[in-house]
Amino acid sequence: MNPGFPLLSLLTFLPLVGAAIILSVRGEEKVVAQNARWTALWTSIIVFLLSLALWFGFDKSSAEFQFTEEVDWLPDFGIGYHMGVDGISVLFVLLSTALTPLCILASWESIGTRVREYMISFLVLETMMVGMFCALDLVLFYVFFEGVLIPMFLIIGVWGGPRRVYAAMKFFLYTLAGSVLMLLAILWLWYNAGTTDIPELFAYEVPRAVQGLLFFAFLASFAVKVPMWPVHTWLPDAHVEAPTAGSVILAGVLLKMGAYGFLRFSVPLLPFASAEYAPLIFALSVVAVVYTSLVALAQQDMKKLIAYSSVAHMGIVTLGIFTFTPQGLSGAIFTMLAHGVVSGALFLCVGVVYDRVHSREIARYGGVAKVMPGYAVLFMLFTMASIGLPGTANFVGEFLVIIAAWKVNPWVAAGGASGMILGACYMLYLYRRVVFGKLEKPDLKVLADLSAREYVVFAPLVVLTIWMGIYPSSFLSFFEASVAALLARHEAALNVAKLAGM
Amino acid sequence: MNWTLALPEILLAVSGLVILLACVIPKQDTSYGGSMAVIGSLLGAAVLVMMQDEGTAFSGQYIADPFGRFMKLLCLAGAAATLLLAIDFNEREKLARFEFPLLALFATTGMMVMISANDLMAVYIGLELLSLPLYVIAAFNRDSGRSAEAGLKYFVLGALASGLLLYGTTLVYGFAGSTNFDKLAEAFGPGQSVSAGVVVGLVFVIAGMAFKASAVPFHMWTPDVYEGAPTPVTAFFAAAPKVAAIALLVRVLTGPFADLSDQWQQVLLLISAASMLLGSFAAIGQRNIKRLMAYSSIGHVGYALMGLAVDTDVGVRGVLVYMAIYLVMNIGTFAVLVSMRRQGKSVELIDDLAGLGKTHPGTAMWMAVFMFSMAGVPPLAGFFGKLYVFLAAMQAGYLWLALIGVGTSVIGGYYYLRIIKVMYFDSTEQPLDAATPGVGLVMAGSGLFNVLFILWPAPLIGAAQLAVAALVG
Repeated sequence: MNPGFPLLSLLTFLPLVGAAIILSVRGEEKVVAQNARWTALWTSIIVFLLSLALWFGFDKSSAEFQFTEEVDWLPDFGIGYHMGVDGISVLFVLLSTALTPLCILASWESIGTRVREYMISFLVLETMMVGMFCALDLVLFYVFFEGVLIPMFLIIGVWGGPRRVYAAMKFFLYTLAGSVLMLLAILWLWYNAGTTDIPELFAYEVPRAVQGLLFFAFLASFAVKVPMWPVHTWLPDAHVEAPTAGSVILAGVLLKMGAYGFLRFSVPLLPFASAEYAPLIFALSVVAVVYTSLVALAQQDMKKLIAYSSVAHMGIVTLGIFTFTPQGLSGAIFTMLAHGVVSGALFLCVGVVYDRVHSREIARYGGVAKVMPGYAVLFMLFTMASIGLPGTANFVGEFLVIIAAWKVNPWVAAGGASGMILGACYMLYLYRRVVFGKLEKPDLKVLADLSAREYVVFAPLVVLTIWMGIYPSSFLSFFEASVAALLARHEAALNVAKLAGM
Repeated sequence: MNWTLALPEILLAVSGLVILLACVIPKQDTSYGGSMAVIGSLLGAAVLVMMQDEGTAFSGQYIADPFGRFMKLLCLAGAAATLLLAIDFNEREKLARFEFPLLALFATTGMMVMISANDLMAVYIGLELLSLPLYVIAAFNRDSGRSAEAGLKYFVLGALASGLLLYGTTLVYGFAGSTNFDKLAEAFGPGQSVSAGVVVGLVFVIAGMAFKASAVPFHMWTPDVYEGAPTPVTAFFAAAPKVAAIALLVRVLTGPFADLSDQWQQVLLLISAASMLLGSFAAIGQRNIKRLMAYSSIGHVGYALMGLAVDTDVGVRGVLVYMAIYLVMNIGTFAVLVSMRRQGKSVELIDDLAGLGKTHPGTAMWMAVFMFSMAGVPPLAGFFGKLYVFLAAMQAGYLWLALIGVGTSVIGGYYYLRIIKVMYFDSTEQPLDAATPGVGLVMAGSGLFNVLFILWPAPLIGAAQLAVAALVG
């Protein structure tokens, strides 16, 4: 791609063009719905194909921001429209653009009402997600970070399950309450550093005295988004009530925004506070891993079980980030990507049987393998991946994180590793109850196996899960340089202070 | 005497009298023509405001400057837009009388005088010229008990506030020896000792103006008047007079009393914090959407005053930007409220909006935009309004005020979301009627402003910057 071509802006705002087209379609409801589906699908596929340019054009050896774009926005305030990706963010952009068409395809039949508005919400959501990972300006970042709430609120609230209103409100208010504290931190940085440009801010040394406060302000926002124990309670509600595709995006991309925030802001901007409060994060992460895994064991609802497992996996991620070792950070990023693919796929698996039986209750199922062999195989693969079986995506990331944690503190590593064991318990328990056992319920006996459309949705996820498990370096190589640079900067900042202290 | 400076006000006053005569004489209904003529003269005044020179006139009573221009344009735009909303509503509710636009016109003249006042006497004249027509139009639906009650309540409390302002003015005059802003600024300048009498007078003046802006603790009239008055009247109340009152507060406090900031700053901090808190908490339990908007407007005044309370240039600029954005959000929201009716009868409960997302997707979409914007969710305009005042508060070191601000905006988020919830998540048996094209146009216009503000924030911010530079000099 020739320099100067605004690829990232195109990726960010092209979905809005699709949304505008859908908005302008008039006519009979059925025709409009069909039009909306196809327009949304094509838009998101085109965006995905364009985003492949990032995959091929990204210079893996460099830790610099690439594909950058800069336009004056509010020059008097030092705020600019600045976009760019580095090794940390580039794969998340791809994850977002890859999951969106799958989600649209997955909602093809299950969303029957207000299809037009649904597709518009999804495309707007894609804009916000991609924009957030590309933003290199704090204010711009915040705009996208918060903007995600609007479409997601509507997706949960309009197309969700019976308790959708409660879930949507809780989701919105929880996240908003966390974010506004981050806003104050951003404002502080803004007027003290005189800029909101992220690469410029990396050069600004935040005084030690305020690092703690800023760290907690950022933590308030990111911890809710990740979500970390004990502010995770919105997640099970939101996941259970959201429509399948909403859950996929929520687990696949939205949860990564918090951890991405830690990597982008907390660690590089606030090295002291990050180092100082790392034990706190470890403690919260280990509690999250062990506690939510135990809670997952007791769930009666499939989606809720997977939602709690997400919290546990994200605990591994935050654990990895705050080890400040190359393995830990790489492992954390890799786990985020793997979890995005695998938990997305698991929610789709739940969606498949939900579309047929309209129940998420585990006890409602049993013996599905006899009538849906293809489904059983896929579900098995993703269950194993979620457990972290070697050769699947999750294994690599979690393994790296636990190695890194061992270096820092064996107890922390033991806590993290217990998550993998408990994970095996609840996932296998879920799988056994749903897929195996006697096929007794009459309505289950007539279930149809996966349709061609559903195979198309799962195929890329299967490929990714195995590819990431067997040949992880094609993904790891993207962020190795950036992680190394991030850690080098982090250590340099700590060393300078040590020397000054002597 | 340089009377040409005051041409916009003169134009409004003269055209008001002419329209009055022209409407009284014919036997048939002249309300539509009257409205159009009034809107025309408001736009004419806006053009004159833009062409206005800078300077003072009428022996220093009147001042024309970029600050005044900014605020006057906001007021004129607000007044014209709300009159546009009123035409159709009044016709349906059998309230179509030419007196309504005319009274609004005179009130607008009062606002302009207030904004351009450079003397406490001129402030008082402007304020009264604004208030008296408002008392009448609050009770405009004379057959409705609630409307009459609204008018009476507003009148009694308003008269009290005017009295407070006048009393404060006399105290200031008595102790400082002048009512002219320039002379007062000299008298209170650095190195001059200030007597307690002036401080008492200043507090009375602030109280009188806070009443018009409906800031806590002078907000008591707001919910009742907003609920009782006909909806277009409420729209008018919530838009232009509020901008004018805030403008006056800014002008008075950063002008003649700038050096007394030690005295007034605490008062303003308290008013701002209390308004935000009350505005967000009291709105939670409301069922009537006009009442809810009343509390919401109290909250918004709190945010705007945050910028003034921290007493910095950045803060005052934040106030101007906030008021501009508030005005547009508010007009848009009231356009939706005006269009709320079922089988020709207007309704005003939040639950009446149920299912709007399905029955009228366009109206619901704009209303959702306004609600998200008022809640301060990016990327909509309301977020930027809050951003600038919070920035000012942080910069001036008022972390606690900023914390109250963000805390109340989350609480506020709850009740704005509730409206969206009712529109999109609930369903209804009896859909509302469709909005008329004129109202739809106002909705779409202010909706687009809210959505697209993020693309071109610079012009508005630049204009506000210019206005502040003139004020602080």
